[in-house]
Amino acid sequence: MSDPLDAKAHAGPRKPSARERGWQQNTLEPALRKSPERQTEFTTTSSYPIRRLYTEADLAAAEASRDPGFPGEPPYTRGIHPTMYRTRLWTMRQFAGFGTAEDTNQRFRYLLAHGQTGLSTAFDLPTLMGYDSDHPLAAGEVGKCGVAISSLADMEVLFDQIPLADVTTSMTINSPAAVIWAMYLAVAEKQGADWKKISGTLQNDILKEYIAQKEYIYPPEPSMRLVIDTFEFGMKHTPKFNVISISGYHIREAGSTAIQELAFTLRDGMEYVEWALGRGLPVDEFAPQLSFFFNAHNDFFEEIAKYRAARRIWSRAMTERYKAVSPRSWALRFHTQTAGCSLTAQQPTNNVVRTAIQALAGVLGGTQSLHTNSLDEAWALPTEFAATIALRTQQIIAHETGVTNTVDPLGGSYFVETLTSEVEQGAWDYIRRIDAMGGMVAAIEKSYPQREIAEASYRYQMAVDKKEKIIVGVNEYVTPEKPIELLQIDETVARRQAARLRKLRAERSSAKVDRALGGLQKAARGKENLMPYIYEAVKVYATLGEICEAMRAVFGAYEEVAVT
Amino acid sequence: MTERKIRVLIAKPGLDGHDRGAKVIARALRDAGMEVIYTGLRQTPEMIASAAAEEDVDVIGLSILSGAHNTLCPQLMHLLHDKGMDDVTVLVGGIIPEADIPALKQAGISEIFLPGTSTQDIVRFIHKRLAPAH
Repeated sequence: MSDPLDAKAHAGPRKPSARERGWQQNTLEPALRKSPERQTEFTTTSSYPIRRLYTEADLAAAEASRDPGFPGEPPYTRGIHPTMYRTRLWTMRQFAGFGTAEDTNQRFRYLLAHGQTGLSTAFDLPTLMGYDSDHPLAAGEVGKCGVAISSLADMEVLFDQIPLADVTTSMTINSPAAVIWAMYLAVAEKQGADWKKISGTLQNDILKEYIAQKEYIYPPEPSMRLVIDTFEFGMKHTPKFNVISISGYHIREAGSTAIQELAFTLRDGMEYVEWALGRGLPVDEFAPQLSFFFNAHNDFFEEIAKYRAARRIWSRAMTERYKAVSPRSWALRFHTQTAGCSLTAQQPTNNVVRTAIQALAGVLGGTQSLHTNSLDEAWALPTEFAATIALRTQQIIAHETGVTNTVDPLGGSYFVETLTSEVEQGAWDYIRRIDAMGGMVAAIEKSYPQREIAEASYRYQMAVDKKEKIIVGVNEYVTPEKPIELLQIDETVARRQAARLRKLRAERSSAKVDRALGGLQKAARGKENLMPYIYEAVKVYATLGEICEAMRAVFGAYEEVAVT
Repeated sequence: MTERKIRVLIAKPGLDGHDRGAKVIARALRDAGMEVIYTGLRQTPEMIASAAAEEDVDVIGLSILSGAHNTLCPQLMHLLHDKGMDDVTVLVGGIIPEADIPALKQAGISEIFLPGTSTQDIVRFIHKRLAPAH
């Protein structure tokens, strides 16, 4: 497959104007002779080289950037809406979840009462891996990294008194995404909410699990089948729901560079599109329900360039590679989360500052929704105090800084436009390499992205160890300090969850559960869409663990080759 | 006298898949001249104890970020004790609230390395700790 940038993939030679050459000679050189620069080389957080000064000569050299276009029009470099935040602010969506469904339901209601505009659910590790809270491998992990959800009964409590017809909900769940989504839809149905109108986002991005976060259950082939099943189901039944959030966040957290995050995420997106086309789904019917999720790391301009380049790459891929004709398929919509891995355990109040700057990059990059991390998250899940400051940070950016008054305020900046083009070209280079390997599933099986990330992450750590990169409070400006107050997860959560599961298993109809699980397994052996079978199983209160196990018996389990 | 390389098992217990730290440490210790075996993800304490015995390691490094350390660490220490492996140095790296550290040390963990630790500090710690034996 040819791609649009083949001919102009690499920047041409930089040709400074006569005025610029004059400036170099008359002003710059004497200044450098008098006082040399602090470093011989300046680089981004991702070790990407940055030049002293950007001028129109750089724009001319980076061909692709000459015309950033207009917001709301392809290739959407300046944003996907013509008016951006002048019409509607981004959705302030704080990721939350801990303990039991009751605990998290309380936190949700607290956040909504304080002006948060959307919900986002964090699940605990057993749930993410498809195990019930009483599974032996769940020992010590129930309710720790998120909320424990083992059945529809838990989901009903999680969204108690939260009207799903009005509130949009994001759910960070991947391998068992189809099951958790079925539970959510069942709660919506019980509340009388119209599936055609409900909106929210299912993360459902299995490829980045193999690449980075490693919460996988099944091998790639059946996992991709489940993802495409949800696409097809969503197309028919929940047209306003984002059936996937194609995520670079975790790739970056695993240690990738900004260009790797961008490239691997968009190539993942292309892989999903290709598998959906392979199923026979019409591109313009499913593509508008695809959404993205990026990290906001420390390097301010590198991040902004990344978001702008992302929109441009996706728009070109959708039109030229996949022949989408609906503008709704072309526009890349994304959620941003500030970088968890940038937070320091040392001097944790400094994290408020880091997060504010990262969040500002997300906003200047044109994000549709945003999560700001809390100051204590290098230690634990956030306390209510810390979570409130994080939300207030977004409100201050939205209402006090004035950055929302105009669309894409950095558009036309020599530096930002040039960096946008360079980041875009770097990403296309990776995308072409992965195409040549036969696509992302093939690349993952060769451990290609895993190895690239491991390399980048090691290089970064060495640079920090050698103080080539300064982290305030960690390798410079270190001061003695006292421990801060942390959220304690109640150790009785696991026992309470186990008791609830015992009660559930005693009270439900085991004949109905057996029938539903049997039907699901039979369908899993064939080619049918599994969503209706999963939905049936969920409705008769089959547990998450039982449903995932029924599919595991057919699909098998994935084991990775560890790259170190 | 032939110098035996220091042997280290880097292990990821529990369900968590965040292996960035484990992999960076594995490579840094290898670059410092140690023999490093990485278990891969989702190892139970039983699997870790068996691997440590089989590989005859001097050091076990556990990477835990999920909050499950209070459950997993004592389990591993019991198993090592039962196997007569009390001389193995067990280190933990990851997200460990300071309030939990005394109990982990009590259980036999030699040292806990918190976020922000330089890989070179860990290398130095291991060399110092194993100095008399090597």
